[in-house]
Amino acid sequence: MNSRKLNDALNALSSKKAPKYTTYIAAIIIFLALILLPPILGIFTKFDTIQQIFDQPALMDRALIAITNSFIIAILVSAFDVIAGVPMAWLITRGKSRWLNILDTLADIPFIVPTAALGYSLLLFWNGPEGISALFGGSLISPGWLLIALLHFTFSFPIVVRVMVGALLDYKMEFERASRTLGASPFTAVRTVTLPILRPSLIASYILSFARSLSETGATFIVAGLFETGPVFLQDVKNELAVSNPPLYEGATVFTSIILIAVSLAIFAFIRIFGSRLRLPIKGIWPSFERKLSYKRAETSRNSITIVVFLLIVLIPSLFVALPAFIALFNGTLSNALSGTGIWSVYWQSLVVSYTLAGIVTLLSFVIGLPMALMIARKRFGRFTSNLFDILVNVPLIVPSIALGVSLKFFWQNFAFVPEFLLLVFAHLAITYPYFVRSMTAAFERISLDMEEAARTLGAKPFGVFRTIMLPLTKYSILSGAIIVFTRSISETGATLAVVTTLQTAPVVIVNWVKQVVPATPSDIGLGCGILILLSLAILLTLRLVTRGKGRY
Amino acid sequence: MPEVRVVNLTKKFDDITALDNVSLTVHDKEYFSLLGPSGCGKTTLLRLVAGLIEPTKGEIYIGDKRVDEVPPEDREIGFVFQTFALFPHMTVWENVNYGPKVKNFDEKESGTIVHEVLELVKLHERLGAYPNELSGGMMQRIAVARALAAGAKILLLDEPLGQLDAKVRNDIRYEMRKMAKDLNLTAIHVTHDQAEAMSISDRIAVMKKGRIVQVGTPQELYMRPATLFVANFIGESNFLEGSIADVTNGELIIELRGGAKVYAFGNRVAKDERAIVVIRPEVLTVEKKTYAGKNVLRGVVEKITFEGTFIRYVIRLESDDVVVVIKPSMTERWFDIGASITLSFEPEKAHVFPYPEEGLTEEISV
Repeated sequence: MNSRKLNDALNALSSKKAPKYTTYIAAIIIFLALILLPPILGIFTKFDTIQQIFDQPALMDRALIAITNSFIIAILVSAFDVIAGVPMAWLITRGKSRWLNILDTLADIPFIVPTAALGYSLLLFWNGPEGISALFGGSLISPGWLLIALLHFTFSFPIVVRVMVGALLDYKMEFERASRTLGASPFTAVRTVTLPILRPSLIASYILSFARSLSETGATFIVAGLFETGPVFLQDVKNELAVSNPPLYEGATVFTSIILIAVSLAIFAFIRIFGSRLRLPIKGIWPSFERKLSYKRAETSRNSITIVVFLLIVLIPSLFVALPAFIALFNGTLSNALSGTGIWSVYWQSLVVSYTLAGIVTLLSFVIGLPMALMIARKRFGRFTSNLFDILVNVPLIVPSIALGVSLKFFWQNFAFVPEFLLLVFAHLAITYPYFVRSMTAAFERISLDMEEAARTLGAKPFGVFRTIMLPLTKYSILSGAIIVFTRSISETGATLAVVTTLQTAPVVIVNWVKQVVPATPSDIGLGCGILILLSLAILLTLRLVTRGKGRY
Repeated sequence: MPEVRVVNLTKKFDDITALDNVSLTVHDKEYFSLLGPSGCGKTTLLRLVAGLIEPTKGEIYIGDKRVDEVPPEDREIGFVFQTFALFPHMTVWENVNYGPKVKNFDEKESGTIVHEVLELVKLHERLGAYPNELSGGMMQRIAVARALAAGAKILLLDEPLGQLDAKVRNDIRYEMRKMAKDLNLTAIHVTHDQAEAMSISDRIAVMKKGRIVQVGTPQELYMRPATLFVANFIGESNFLEGSIADVTNGELIIELRGGAKVYAFGNRVAKDERAIVVIRPEVLTVEKKTYAGKNVLRGVVEKITFEGTFIRYVIRLESDDVVVVIKPSMTERWFDIGASITLSFEPEKAHVFPYPEEGLTEEISV
């Protein structure tokens, strides 16, 4: 009865101009005030400290080298990710075997392993005595740039696969078939027709992978050893100087963050503007050579290489942490953990913090993200405003998360009444909000305007249209958007490290254990990571169960 | 040389049989249509010939060469897609030049070819345009030009006019036939539009539920339909139910519902069997006056539709059957609704078929 009244009230409100636009404008204001501006303005509140680092040439050199390392790794690793991810997406969408369904699910695994756990897992696999290095009589790959590159390849890989699988499923096969009937071999058809048409998706997957590589902090910190990337440098500086020399710490942080943000924005803008004009460099066609690449044997070997790369570099290293977790079940670590003795009490508290935080962030993303997505998709304030916000929403995505965290902290320090937990909420919201708005905008755009108009002509009020047409049709997109927000928040490390002083989330605890800031045994770390992975896996499987068999509309 | 032949061709998609043991020969330089309602297997057959899908069973020949295992790029066919499938990231020139390029033609030679085919489809001045700047008719012509430039001797057309406006469609279909004939091409044209198939083809194969029902020239299909389905699908027909009262020397006497008797010729039915008499709307004569004689039926005008060139009467017979009669609207005297009239037809202009096992409605349904 009550919900009926509420519904009627909302219906009545929604057909009036004022309340309708208030909703959209509120969403925009919240976005600007909480998500977009603080991470950018925060840096500038401390801009005067930047002078500090100019007086310390050695520290500045260290910062510049670290930043350069970050960009080199991000640029190269993203390229490798696209090169390896496209054949994988191809295999998943075009292959005929029913085993491919399993491969499809497995490809998501590195995505749900919290990055701190992922970093530790890779460290064990490539460097630990039980890992693959044992076969080579010692540690195969030491912590450093190569291990960082492998790590970034691993966690960016699923992003590329996801984006490209979606793009390939939407792609009209007619173009490729037309090319074949005109005399092109399969390889030539893909190279000259399919890939150029899918260029926007290729660029999108490259940018996402690039942004992710540039901003990842927690796992990188674990595998970095003495090598420094931008985010690792920021974290090191915090550990070294935050207490002993605050002004220098702030100066170094402001300097590094500004360069990271400015260069990322520049690269992002460059790709957005010139990406669409970019042509594949090779214009020539070599019929007989490309024909050789097209047929059975070449295809089989390509698929085999794809699967081997996936298993050896992505999947097995991601899950390798399960081994010590397994040992931990029997050597008493489990009972320590369950009784919460020693370091474990902090662990359990951190889990509560992480999951509460993720829950709140997901809810907030939904509430403030949905009107924004609708505004962008339906161009409620005109085409220009839509395009503008479409770009602005992505900005937090390309700002390195630790820089974002630092900046947020500087910004909110001016408002002493803001508690630390709320600061965490803002940080996570800024990082996850773009994912939710992006996926919802795409989902709303897929609903034809005709359908909305049909509902209106049948007598539905705007809110009624939203509730009875838009929501049911985008139910699964909302769900999967929420899952992305939730898992992303659970695994977020960089910004969290920058923001907090006393509160600890689960990834922060794991990083502290691995770095031996808090003494922990390998069994402890293994079990800690294992529990995190199991919980995330449970969420992913629940989602798959809920959405299984439900087709897209 | 490029004759297309399929033998006992079957294609299954999981449990659905899209094409059921079809054999067919399309002669060299013939303009051939595959005609049928949607889901009849005509596009499947075309895609099998092109090599875009692989047969479950059977053989496909182009010329003397068996091509089942040959990939589409080596079959030397040109395919025009219903959606045209012009590459959106290439200009008109690049689209048309695509075939010569991937086939590694000499650059000068391919330039000449592209100019020639663009001349042929009269779109020479648009070669820098992108597909999204062209009208439907232009896109269709570019799609044909692209297939021709690749050197195709066999043109496979999948509902090539389906996306066009009625008026443009009519113009283009004559151009298509003329072009195919001028260039000595073999063309296989898939359509669900019987008027299109009739006006453009040398021969037509009518398909239903994965099988070929009848192959023949447009005239043959119209004058001598092999089944009730063809009689209904090609043109328009009246169906009168009855049973065979007597057979003498191929002349049949059919007793209709209500007892009236009509005469016709045919050898598909025997005495005492249930039968359907098929009469085209234009072979029935209508008169006001009452007279007696062979094949004379009485009825009342129920509905009149003016269609411009023709006027269409719906008439309820005394047997309660309903028939349609078409008359030129300029020459005839019009009848009013409710008028009692007399219908007659010549025995040799009717066809008699045995009553279909699954019922008349099911047999003629499209």
